[in-house]
Amino acid sequence: MLLYGVDITSRLLLGTAQYPSPAVLAEAIRSSGTEIITVSLRREAADGAGQAFWSLLQHSGCRILPNTAGCHSAAEAITTAQMARELFGTTWIKLEVIGHSDTLQPDVFGLVEAARVLVAEGFDVFPYTTDDLVVGEKLLEAGCQVLMPWGAPIGSGQGLRNPDALRAMRAHFPDTPLIVDAGIGRPSDAAQAMELGMDAVLLNTAVAKAGDPAQMAQAMAQAIDAGRLAHAADPMEPRDMAVPSTPVLGLAELA
Amino acid sequence: MIRIAGAGLAGLATAWELVQRGHEVTVYDAGAPGAGSVSRYAGGMLAPFCEGESAEEDVVRLGRQAAAWWAEVTPVTRRGTLVVASPRDRSELTRFARRTTEHRHVSSAEIADLEPALAGRFSQGLFFAEEAHLDPRRAMRDLAALLQKKGVEIQYNTPAPAEVDLICTGGAAQLPELRPVRGEMAILQAPDVDITRTVRLLHPRVPLYLVPRGEGVYMIGATMIESGSTRPITLRSLSDLLGAAYTLHPAFAEASVVETGVGLRPAFPDNLPRILHHDGSLHLNGLYRHGFLLAPAMAAQAADRLISEISHEDHRELTTA
Repeated sequence: MLLYGVDITSRLLLGTAQYPSPAVLAEAIRSSGTEIITVSLRREAADGAGQAFWSLLQHSGCRILPNTAGCHSAAEAITTAQMARELFGTTWIKLEVIGHSDTLQPDVFGLVEAARVLVAEGFDVFPYTTDDLVVGEKLLEAGCQVLMPWGAPIGSGQGLRNPDALRAMRAHFPDTPLIVDAGIGRPSDAAQAMELGMDAVLLNTAVAKAGDPAQMAQAMAQAIDAGRLAHAADPMEPRDMAVPSTPVLGLAELA
Repeated sequence: MIRIAGAGLAGLATAWELVQRGHEVTVYDAGAPGAGSVSRYAGGMLAPFCEGESAEEDVVRLGRQAAAWWAEVTPVTRRGTLVVASPRDRSELTRFARRTTEHRHVSSAEIADLEPALAGRFSQGLFFAEEAHLDPRRAMRDLAALLQKKGVEIQYNTPAPAEVDLICTGGAAQLPELRPVRGEMAILQAPDVDITRTVRLLHPRVPLYLVPRGEGVYMIGATMIESGSTRPITLRSLSDLLGAAYTLHPAFAEASVVETGVGLRPAFPDNLPRILHHDGSLHLNGLYRHGFLLAPAMAAQAADRLISEISHEDHRELTTA
């Protein structure tokens, strides 16, 4: 999978918030096999005082995808992205512009506006968006080369609320990397996203809040591999009726 | 004579353990009484079982005896912890119950029995009957006074000599892997609210605990931010905390915010305390958010360690709690 010219093998992107401890986080990163971790800049950035935690993340050897979590306007997200570029020395930015503080729905208008500005400033923008096709088009027009549609509201763990919309997105944007971001609760949700032909899955709470985050990270990674293999293998279509899977030829004639 | 650097929670608790083992102790602290210690911002919860929700098993195990230990030093309120959640966050309660032990489910009526002020506000909750709390500032004063009564010299405003036997200087110690975790809290004066035990309000983004300090005073906390910034509490954190308090009981709307505070918890990567050698000195550090809960057990370990090292001067190896 090519993300802004970088070849990435692991299809799991992992968030770094809400873990019981940095040691547990490090273990989850290792067992997930992820190559990309996201880190929120907002609060930790205060006075550049989050250095101790960041250096732990940098020691993980993963590529860091800073995010603008918690930003409620395009201007705020742009400023945060600029700070992230300084601090982490990367042009990658996961762009979140939150429209509603309770549901954490993306503000797609602010998102497109911020994406346009950031692309012009040389950023590689990973926009957290809805599954709306027109918004997706606008983001591509703005210069995004990746789309990150939600599966369900952030942190809800509800799984894919609207798989048909994601399927439509896949069909509409056949050549754009699509990463399902937010809403994954269980490995079966991640597998379903990959079966729909998504390129990758980004998740955080489902692993961080599991009883054993490292074990859940591994389960997610395996589910993502399984879903991806299944998509490539072209699964059968469901049928309305039973169809015997055993050949009838040569059945014993019991007199 | 055993010399300890740092008159915070770890230093004073270890001094008490040493005194009880018959040793003479001097404690040095570069600041005024209580000035350098972050424990003044603590909740003072002695809640090992609730902490088990996100902490390692060691925290539950080491914290079990904390209430009994502190009761010999300072008043301890043993009325348990009540954990509640609003109806739409009920799944948080399910999760909390699954991850913890020593609790029972309580109905709306039982909540009303336990805390009449919360009658009709929550349809279900969890009650941790064995848990307790104390007043951190009072506890630190009482512990220092007790030590002084037993002949321990606590030299405030005095930098420690170059060679001491144990260093308990928290975030000021330059230890590898030790990091600050910022916590923000507020103290409310709410004469109209009468809550008698620690209450935790679960919420996916803004969990809250409220610890009564008596006479209508409540401590609410606390944020956990991976940052070493000591700037005053942010508007966001303060409004989150106050909003959560208001959710717990609308009468908090009339409360006075009498204090806000920010402290940096010293923590190792696994968020567990450690007794370790560094640069030729023994350290007790990394109490993180479990200062009052784990200080007794860690102080006992540190005291044993010091005494055995004094008797075998050359025996030095690094261990973990």
